[in-house]
Amino acid sequence: MFPNAFEYQSPTSLDEAVALLVEHGYEAKILAGGQSLLPMMKLRVAAPTVLVDLGRVPGLDARTENDRELSLGAMTRHASLEWDEDLWARYPLLRETAAWIADPLVRNRGTMAGSLAHADPAADWGAALLALHGSVTVDGPNGSRRVGADDFFVDVFTTRLEPDEVLTAVHIPRPEHDVFATHLKLERKVGDFAVVAVSLQVEIDGDGRIRRPGIGLAGVGPTSLHATAAASLLEGQPLSLELIREAAAKASAATDPASDRRGSADFKRDMVRLFVERGLRSIESRFDEGRRRSA
Amino acid sequence: MLISVTVNGQERTADVEPRTLLCYLVRDELSLTGTHVGCDTTSCGACTVLLDGVPVKSCTVLAVQVDGQELMTVEGLEQAGDLHPLQKGFWESHGLQCGFCTPGMLMTTYALLERNPDPTEDEIRRAISGNLCRCTGYQNIVKAVQYAAPLVREKREAAREVAR
Repeated sequence: MFPNAFEYQSPTSLDEAVALLVEHGYEAKILAGGQSLLPMMKLRVAAPTVLVDLGRVPGLDARTENDRELSLGAMTRHASLEWDEDLWARYPLLRETAAWIADPLVRNRGTMAGSLAHADPAADWGAALLALHGSVTVDGPNGSRRVGADDFFVDVFTTRLEPDEVLTAVHIPRPEHDVFATHLKLERKVGDFAVVAVSLQVEIDGDGRIRRPGIGLAGVGPTSLHATAAASLLEGQPLSLELIREAAAKASAATDPASDRRGSADFKRDMVRLFVERGLRSIESRFDEGRRRSA
Repeated sequence: MLISVTVNGQERTADVEPRTLLCYLVRDELSLTGTHVGCDTTSCGACTVLLDGVPVKSCTVLAVQVDGQELMTVEGLEQAGDLHPLQKGFWESHGLQCGFCTPGMLMTTYALLERNPDPTEDEIRRAISGNLCRCTGYQNIVKAVQYAAPLVREKREAAREVAR
């Protein structure tokens, strides 16, 4: 199998990349890790006439961190988030999520930003970015802009990105308190897209109260979903079984899954409830254990 | 488009169409047919090669993307007639039946042992979770890697001694 013929462009600066997108518009596609785009092109589901490879644009694999946030360049591959121990303590959800994506070989090549721009509603990173209250930098002919995760996903495979724009970086706010995270995923086989996935992150302050909770959902709507009603229920509260169950029910009610070969809508909705409950309970027990140890 | 790559230590050039996949560059242009193409859909891992030391599925990389980079294929494992410990492991532990997945398994586990020369069984199984074997030989593939790991460690020690 091989793709339709196309023109290959390998710009060596971001300006050059944007100029190519301006010139070719909808005919052009950006190539980063290629782990979704190339399979689609081989199946002829996608047939761009121009490919703009970001692989030789310097600086796009950069990682910077200040006291407000972590910024990951567009060429940051899944595997680097899975294996970089330096990030685990402050940004545990990155590792929790990365380890669930496809398989180790695909993770060596695919990128987080590429997955976000591709915007498959069943993808893991979309749910994680929402749970992290993250944002992305988008560069285009009119300069650079920030788009928050809650605003970024528009519809199936559709984001706020214009055809002449490049997603150049992903930003994640630095936690201010102890941070707990988990990513739960139901898949038919190793490496598959999620039937349902739930990405959870909460911070817990010195009084044991939840701060900045995030609950991202995959596979249960036309886009990655943020269960904001469920999350705001948690804000400022100590974790308790009753609260967890209430939040899980609220998260489940926020979904809009379709019945398909992977399961009925009812089943998926219930899996969201189960995963939110299971995830928050595991966070609760880790928090309690940490407390006992430090007491 | 003219590209040049270093394959198993040798500089090679080839003229490829942009849509040529890395696995076909390796097999058809460079005549290194040890790399197998199995599913052709990013699932099976039979086509795994090392790109700058990192195992990737060569059916899901364009040849033009790797211009100027370093490739290692299964042909690069044997050194001066001496099989790599992993190759010995697959031989001794019956790590293959039909052998179709073997080149990919070897490249993935080669990278694993480079990074982690003393992996647990769980780590081995996770590492090969992107490589499918349809002879259901995972049991012996894991044993083959366990056979090779101490040999790789010994080899490293010996190399360190020489360096001293």
